[in-house]
Amino acid sequence: MKKCFLTASLLALPLLSPGWEFRGEAALEGRYFTQESPYPEADYSSNGSAYLKPELLHEWNNRDDLFTFIPYVRVDENDSERTHWDIRELSWIHVGNGWESRVGIRKVFWGVTEGRHLVDIINQTDQVDQVDGEEKLGQPMINLSLVRDWGIIDLFVLPGFRERTFAGEEGRPRTPLPVSDDAVYESSKEDGRVDFAIRYQQYFDNGIELALSHFSGTSRDPLLIPQNLTLAEVQTLLATGQLPSGTNPEFTPLYNVIDQTGLELQYLRNGWLWKLEGISRSGQGERFNALDGGFEYTQVGLFGSATDLGWILEYIWEDRDDSLASPVASDVLLGTRFTFNDVASTEILAGIIYDTEDEEKAISLESSRRFGNNLKATLEARFYTDAADPRSPSALYRDALRNVNTNPGLGPISRSDFVQAELVYYF
Amino acid sequence: MTSRLLTAGLALAIAFPLSAAAQTPEEKGLEIAREADARGEGFGDFQAEMKMVLITKRGDQAERELRVKTLEGSGEAEGDKSLTIFDTPRDVRGTAMLTFSYKTKDDDQWLYLPALRRVKTIASRNKSGPFMGSEFSFEDMRGQEVEKYTYKYLRDEACGELTCYVMERYPTDEHSGYTKMVVWLDQQEYRTWKVDYYDRRGSLLKTLESSDFTQYKGKFWQPAKMSMVNHQTGKATDLFWSNYQYDTGLGEADFNKNSLKRAR
Repeated sequence: MKKCFLTASLLALPLLSPGWEFRGEAALEGRYFTQESPYPEADYSSNGSAYLKPELLHEWNNRDDLFTFIPYVRVDENDSERTHWDIRELSWIHVGNGWESRVGIRKVFWGVTEGRHLVDIINQTDQVDQVDGEEKLGQPMINLSLVRDWGIIDLFVLPGFRERTFAGEEGRPRTPLPVSDDAVYESSKEDGRVDFAIRYQQYFDNGIELALSHFSGTSRDPLLIPQNLTLAEVQTLLATGQLPSGTNPEFTPLYNVIDQTGLELQYLRNGWLWKLEGISRSGQGERFNALDGGFEYTQVGLFGSATDLGWILEYIWEDRDDSLASPVASDVLLGTRFTFNDVASTEILAGIIYDTEDEEKAISLESSRRFGNNLKATLEARFYTDAADPRSPSALYRDALRNVNTNPGLGPISRSDFVQAELVYYF
Repeated sequence: MTSRLLTAGLALAIAFPLSAAAQTPEEKGLEIAREADARGEGFGDFQAEMKMVLITKRGDQAERELRVKTLEGSGEAEGDKSLTIFDTPRDVRGTAMLTFSYKTKDDDQWLYLPALRRVKTIASRNKSGPFMGSEFSFEDMRGQEVEKYTYKYLRDEACGELTCYVMERYPTDEHSGYTKMVVWLDQQEYRTWKVDYYDRRGSLLKTLESSDFTQYKGKFWQPAKMSMVNHQTGKATDLFWSNYQYDTGLGEADFNKNSLKRAR
């Protein structure tokens, strides 16, 4: 009782002091998998999960100083790897005259396209949390931002590397082989290497927006290297779909040191928003390039109603040539978004990614609406079709060995059809 | 009746001594619009809070709260810059919108989505669409630049204890949701008390009524309440403005992508 009171007064303290704010969100999530799991360790068809994300904010010095603390914790019914916590943000921003310093753990987003976030590289993906790759781990950084007439320059020093999270053996969706906790680094400093990045962005009043960036450091995308598996065993695996008995194969994540130059370009004219993102990366095998380009257009007031219909069309291309990868990735994204503009802010988003190489399709449906002032509900469905192969374990393993490193969006990491309902409470 | 018209005519002749003689209704409408615009000029910057109450046909209500910061444009072609920060409903809390308005071309707009830490360019030329599900459209919420309409003076009419100019206003933008608006401005302070909006088919769509005006800095009049009624759907939206503050020290640096990302 006393403890309760103490906690309550501690929580109330920032609320009572001017300039402090305590808020956050909590959510419940339920998933239903429409197919049987190919993995005996993950033999279930429904899964429950919950997260809590409180935020403590403080501003002082006439809002020239801002403090933010956002811890995050998720509990998952089946996957012990998905039960995890993180500090999403613990940072201090100071605003000067023409400059800003941002120090601490933060999240930074770069990019303009929807299909693949190629340029976005500061934060590591919290892959186990959300398969769409939009959820990120907090990254320690010192960031100096200079605002000039000719654009904004951001300089980053990034001490401390975060490893990508992966679903465990009991997770759905999961990788065909479990991912080892013992990552391998190219840098002798391993996860202690200090990385650097710089980005220039400018907006022109003729509708053009441009950003150029360069990152030098440990790659956020690991190569997943199959371990403890001989060639003969691979052949047995592909032929029978069964792991040879007595073996214990797994993926070891390999984090190379890379240099990546990125371009973001946007052009808005007559309601058409043209977008292009491109990268060139060296250090992970041969130098390779990747592009994502397309447009976004919104039809306002569909059939005389208040509903808007937005269209997204993008082409995604990558020329990575890796012994573990297919030579060329070439995907098309088509997305539509219905925005009803009603009191509940109802939205429906439907997207399809079509892999022109192996004719595989990934389909996603998302809808959301608000209830009252503090609740939001979302319904989501993700489906994968494979024109060539049935969903056999051997096909999954073959894909795992062939395709896992180039095509994270369509690869076997995420190949598990499911529908999901989530209820988020904002406090 | 005749004498009242005569008095009004005299008052007009005094207000516009040089041009009253051979003025067409179009010229007079433009002149009124210019004078109203001139009286709003020179404000520098201001901040205000706004509560929006959405009312359904059945009388159910939903609320939204937001804050607005505006910096007056300096150049000839340059319009105002503004930052809108959403506080409720809670799922959009922290979302912020940066607008650069221009006198003769489409505004530039960016939206900051706090969950993704992402700034998105608003692509749609969404003029007629509802602002946050309300009866106010995006074009109702933005600054009413003189150049974005043509005008036609109709008549003088009593409005409350005041006398109003009544004039028609026609949007020049082909993407506007309206064919015309009928505007009531009082002759003393050029405050807009009432606007009737006509849809693309030419029928009466909405009526806006503003009230509880307060004068700031000895010059600028702002309404504390704005009520928009949609005659075709029976829905309504009330805006309650509060905490108007002028000369808050806002500058260009408060209206870029960096400030958008830490607006809260």
